[in-house]
Amino acid sequence: MQTRKKYIFLTFLASWLLLFLFGGDQLRRFSLFSGKRAEARRNWPRWTDRSLLKSFADPEELQRDGDPSLLSPRERRAAWLSAYRSSRCRMETCFDFSRCEKHGFKVFTYPQERGQPISETYSKILSSLERSRYHTANPEEACLFILSIDTLDRDHLSGQYVRDVDEKIRGFPLWNGGRNHLIFNLYSGTWPDYAGDLGFDIGQAILAKASFDTESFRPGFDISIPLFSKEHPQRGGDRGWLYQDSVPPKKKYLLVFKGKRYLTGIGSGTRNALHHIHNGKDIISLTTCKHGKDWEKHKDTRCDKDNIDYERFDYQELLHNSTFCIVPRGRRLGSFRFLEALQAACIPVLLSDGWELPFAEAIDWGKAAIVGSERLLLQIPSAARCIHPERVLAFQQQTQFLWDAYFSSVDKIVHTTLEIIKDRLSPHRSRSRFLWNTLPGGLLVLPDFSTHLGDFPFYYLQHGYSPSKKFTAFIRAASQAGSLSQPILRLIQAVSGSQYCAQIVVLWSCEKPPPPSGKWPQTTVPLTIIQGRRQLSDRFFPFEAIQTDAVLSLDEDTSLSTSEVDFAFLVWRSFPERIVGFPTQSHFWDPEQGRWGYTSRWTNELSIVLTAAAFYHRYYHSLFTEYLPAGLRELVDRLAACEDILMNVLVAAVTKLPPIKVTQRKQHKEAAAQQAECRDGAEGSPSAPLPAPAKVKGTAGSRRFSQRQGCLNQLADWFGYMPLVSSQLRLDPILFKDQVSVLRKKYPSLEKP
Amino acid sequence: IMCASAKYNTRGPALIPRMKTKHRIYYITLFSIVLLGLIATGMFQFWPHSIESSSDWTVEKRSVHDVPVVKLPADSPIPERGDLSCRMHTCFDVYRCGFNPKNKIKVYIYSLKKYVDEYGTSVSNTISREYNELLTAVSDSEFYTDDVNRACLFVPSIDVLNQNTLRIKETAQALAQLSRWDRGTNHLLFNMLPGGPPDYNTALDVPRDRALLAGGGFSTWTYRQGYDVSIPVYSPLSGEVDLPERGPGPRRYFILSSQMALHPEYHLELEALQAENGESVLILDKCTNLSDGVPAVRKRCYKNQVFDYPQVLQESTFCVVLRGARLGQAVLSDVLQAGCVPVIIADSYILPFSEVLDWKRASVVIPEEKMPEMYSILQSIPQRQIEEMQRQARWFWEAYFRSMKAIALATLQIINDRIYPYAAISYEEWNDPPAVKWSSVSNPLFLPLIPPQSQGFTAVVLTYDRVESLFRVITEVSKVPSLSKLLVVWNNQNKNPPEDSLWPKIRVPLKVVRTAENKLSNRFFPYDEIETEAVLAIDDDIIMLTSDELQFGYEVWREFPDRLVGYPGRLHLWDHEMNKWKYESEWTNEVSMVLTGAAFYHKYFNYLYTYKMPGDIKNWVDAHMNCEDIAMNFLVANVTGKSVIKVTPRKKFKCPECTAIDGLSLDQTHMVERSECINKFASVFGTMPLKVVEHRADPVLYKDDFPEKLKSFPNIGSL
Repeated sequence: MQTRKKYIFLTFLASWLLLFLFGGDQLRRFSLFSGKRAEARRNWPRWTDRSLLKSFADPEELQRDGDPSLLSPRERRAAWLSAYRSSRCRMETCFDFSRCEKHGFKVFTYPQERGQPISETYSKILSSLERSRYHTANPEEACLFILSIDTLDRDHLSGQYVRDVDEKIRGFPLWNGGRNHLIFNLYSGTWPDYAGDLGFDIGQAILAKASFDTESFRPGFDISIPLFSKEHPQRGGDRGWLYQDSVPPKKKYLLVFKGKRYLTGIGSGTRNALHHIHNGKDIISLTTCKHGKDWEKHKDTRCDKDNIDYERFDYQELLHNSTFCIVPRGRRLGSFRFLEALQAACIPVLLSDGWELPFAEAIDWGKAAIVGSERLLLQIPSAARCIHPERVLAFQQQTQFLWDAYFSSVDKIVHTTLEIIKDRLSPHRSRSRFLWNTLPGGLLVLPDFSTHLGDFPFYYLQHGYSPSKKFTAFIRAASQAGSLSQPILRLIQAVSGSQYCAQIVVLWSCEKPPPPSGKWPQTTVPLTIIQGRRQLSDRFFPFEAIQTDAVLSLDEDTSLSTSEVDFAFLVWRSFPERIVGFPTQSHFWDPEQGRWGYTSRWTNELSIVLTAAAFYHRYYHSLFTEYLPAGLRELVDRLAACEDILMNVLVAAVTKLPPIKVTQRKQHKEAAAQQAECRDGAEGSPSAPLPAPAKVKGTAGSRRFSQRQGCLNQLADWFGYMPLVSSQLRLDPILFKDQVSVLRKKYPSLEKP
Repeated sequence: IMCASAKYNTRGPALIPRMKTKHRIYYITLFSIVLLGLIATGMFQFWPHSIESSSDWTVEKRSVHDVPVVKLPADSPIPERGDLSCRMHTCFDVYRCGFNPKNKIKVYIYSLKKYVDEYGTSVSNTISREYNELLTAVSDSEFYTDDVNRACLFVPSIDVLNQNTLRIKETAQALAQLSRWDRGTNHLLFNMLPGGPPDYNTALDVPRDRALLAGGGFSTWTYRQGYDVSIPVYSPLSGEVDLPERGPGPRRYFILSSQMALHPEYHLELEALQAENGESVLILDKCTNLSDGVPAVRKRCYKNQVFDYPQVLQESTFCVVLRGARLGQAVLSDVLQAGCVPVIIADSYILPFSEVLDWKRASVVIPEEKMPEMYSILQSIPQRQIEEMQRQARWFWEAYFRSMKAIALATLQIINDRIYPYAAISYEEWNDPPAVKWSSVSNPLFLPLIPPQSQGFTAVVLTYDRVESLFRVITEVSKVPSLSKLLVVWNNQNKNPPEDSLWPKIRVPLKVVRTAENKLSNRFFPYDEIETEAVLAIDDDIIMLTSDELQFGYEVWREFPDRLVGYPGRLHLWDHEMNKWKYESEWTNEVSMVLTGAAFYHKYFNYLYTYKMPGDIKNWVDAHMNCEDIAMNFLVANVTGKSVIKVTPRKKFKCPECTAIDGLSLDQTHMVERSECINKFASVFGTMPLKVVEHRADPVLYKDDFPEKLKSFPNIGSL
């Protein structure tokens, strides 16, 4: 026992000695060191004489920046203009603004030459341009020019490659060194130089190109467009794949990639590294070596295993079931998978350094994609995991909004390109970044209408505004008689009785002049008469006279009571972006006929509110008249019974929401047939609900009916899809037909039969 | 703890089996000490020896004049000129920044030195007041590190704010000899006045290789988008003059030009504008006959009239900011401070912080060519928008212009956002003034989606012990076609739920969740079992709702998925006598809440209720065992800005039902309690988010003269 104690004691001592010998010195330093750490960081010193320091510039120097004896600023600017041509073009140096002053922003496409091959994609682009409301056939009034030569594919090994572009261009008298021209390109260069130039001199033309790199991109001048396939639809476009908002995102995978791996050359670095993050569980990153004809020559040791794993997963399945999708550079900076991921609501994780993102001048990609760095690939999984579920949800919704607003069709891509250029022409009348990145998106917001957010129906909540507290009653009068009919007099009385009515505007759409002012009823609110043209689309013209946010659109023979108007207006104030009205109709898909059917019968659903009695925001007048191309309005004028359908389709296309029906005391008669009546007043007055389409034969009502059905189908065709959305509800006053004393009710009159 | 120590005891003897317990303790102590000693030794042998280096800042009380002097030999290296093709991915070394949970870059500041050339002549002023303020701000910020090895970004203490005060070649040499210079990689220079006569380049002329430049006055040709940062030219008047914020609205002058020494060409154009539009245009210039002692920079004159500067800026709606020799002008800062909307006329100028700030909201940019049209362009701007721009201008000044600190931190934040893009500050945070942030809502479910009907809804029944009534509710609800699952939240800890065999047999899965505590918030927990977006919260005694009514409620919810869609409605009122909010359950023409005794809502709101409820509301509700429904109404209205939707007519409730829905709704004390809840929540939210509406949703053909059998939802409102 004793010896053991001794041993223990000795070993104890020895170890202490050892400790001091080797560690003591360090230990002492450690205590000193940590003491200093705790004391303070070595911050920037507080100089004792800091208050005596001189300012970086003399105040006078700051305020009198400039020396009049020097070159005048204008001359210096002129010097810049001449110095920065072509490769360093900016709008102010390479674009002739004066061409756009007289006729506004007009776009001219060169006529197609015979024997000139044009790819399917380029002809889609050209037809989008021609469908644009800015298109003109007259080069004299044009502000922007687009070549008919297909410049999309500049890979000279490609079948679509057009030779001798330089020579052809030089032959065009309008070319003018490329000034005010816009050139579209999807593919440039070929192995091994993909960045490469287009193989012809674009001069001072604006380049709208996919896979743009930041280095050759001329900021504020060129436009980066997304890469899209030749199957990309001309118009309409498929909707996104997000059908539900779930928190947390209930997806099988966190992060996926499935694609080619390049064994040599450009883009191989990032793609070769992608397998490192594969974990086989929630991160799936698969590559195949099978690429090109002679891939086996370059094949490395991983290839066989990779190729087998690759086959085990389906690309579409991954796209549907993942929260994040890796979008790495391929041979070029952009790839098809960018738009594919966007549509799939699979948040793109971009690994493509130096890519100027599509429409980045307008779109805030930070809200819809993770812009990663190729060099930090290995951090991507942890970064993706750290993103809060709420942010994931916001990202997912934003991908869907952007996809639908700017990318889902060739039309949208081309029109976005045009609007971005148009915005540059007058910076003070252009869209703010907020407008581009908030529903319903920049294309549907016209800066010519207003640049103030509060003037649009979409932003009340985001900016804490509220719609105006009064409305304008807008009555379209088109009856034959030179005097005022009883219905219109009653209508004016009823409407002017509303406490929310600010003014009444009558649009007199007859050849006969309106009755003199003395014949009009005396009202408490101002009454204005506008002499209109006879076109039906005229009723949605943005008349200066309409001063309030809300418009109550009425036909002269509409019958409404003051309470109905009051209640409907209060409902509209809750839904200012929708059409809120009384009589409704609905559409349905008719599988037998293979087309859209239309019905005005009583149904359990509704998707159209007749504008014979409806509230909506006055901005829709501007959209109707200025956003829609003239062709559509001509169609409406020709068909004579379709303008209200077009209005409903337009609002539904903007909001993606159904209109709202409110309580109506009397059932509305389908009397709107009198609308075109200055011309064919003898048309009669069809009564009550129309018979089913199958039974229709020969009556005036049936002609009107088939016109409306035809119109519906033509509009669906023009928009590329059916924008109308159905609703199953009607909004009634809270105590509507409840068994409560009438005295308690605010709108008792709505319940009278 | 008990479990852990027990484990240890059982293992102990097995480890050192042959020794007695009292010796074991010695050995264990001994071994641990030896081990510790070895570890400590090892650690310190390999510890980086950074301790000795640079301890020269520790002394606080020093003067700028005492800093070490560095002599630059004439042949010391000069960096390459700036590389115009630099981008973050080519010239910036991200590996230095690394991944860190805070997503903050680390910024190192070189210690201050005085640089002299071979002859001892100084290269520049050691440091200006503004640059010292800037470095102090960086040093005080959470970006700062004093460890050069951990830094991601390096800020030289060499002051290059004003190119005119420095010698270009020698300054470049001074940069090149910095200890971590490495061709300027990850170095950040701040410059406000670039260029010099006669060319006035738009970026700092000092050769700087790959260094990032935070510059005032970039043009589109010198600015490397996504690499450089465009900063304001600081106006020292910001610190000297206190201009209180002036409410937006019309001001005395429409357009004001306050810049001195404008080029005569511009002056002529402005005078032409004035001649055309009279007194609403005021063009000021330098005063020629000021008495001595009055600083010229604080006065402006028009003919013989003398105005105080910058106060006079507050008298005008728009203020012209024209380019001078340089593109960036200090007057921009003064103009913003005065809440005057800047009219920027400087083609190709990159506006300050344009990477993140939306200048269209605070300024009007007019191309130089269009100067003659300025008046009509400005006239076309709606008055409401002008007022917003005035507020926005002032906000930009307060947030990003007012001090060197603001400028420095915004610059670092922009670089930080590039390096950690997934943690970047959003557009709204950069641009929305506090008033807008306060009054606006950003709906988390902003995309207009109509969820597919096939998804169905999950009914969540909160129950305590009313089993009989619960079973009736389950049976009734299970008749609703779109029900996809039923979840019973068993809130009774003293009693087990009935055996499986006793529950009603229904066509959809039925799950029982047992809770740990009897809390009301259990009803709103985002259970994993809820797989649908739609949740129907229903009390265990709501048996009077028909299947048609519930199905219709679900259809209405699909059209308004971001709202509470419920059956019994309630109202809040302002009690003028008591000067506070009051709860109302009478039959009114208005509604602002629906009771969650029977309501559809999105599962997301469960998540919000459980994790994001403001203040102490959640605990307060649990403690008071009341008002969870009011809290939910507040939460949803606050985050969406929208009203509730009440569906279907009010039933002629017999009294068991009144009590069922409201607990003791007829009881006076109950009403008082509910009113208290509203007042409490309104004060926590800081506002009254509830929206009052006069409508409810009924089926399209409700009560219409139409055969009932053809209606989708005939059985609505039956008693």
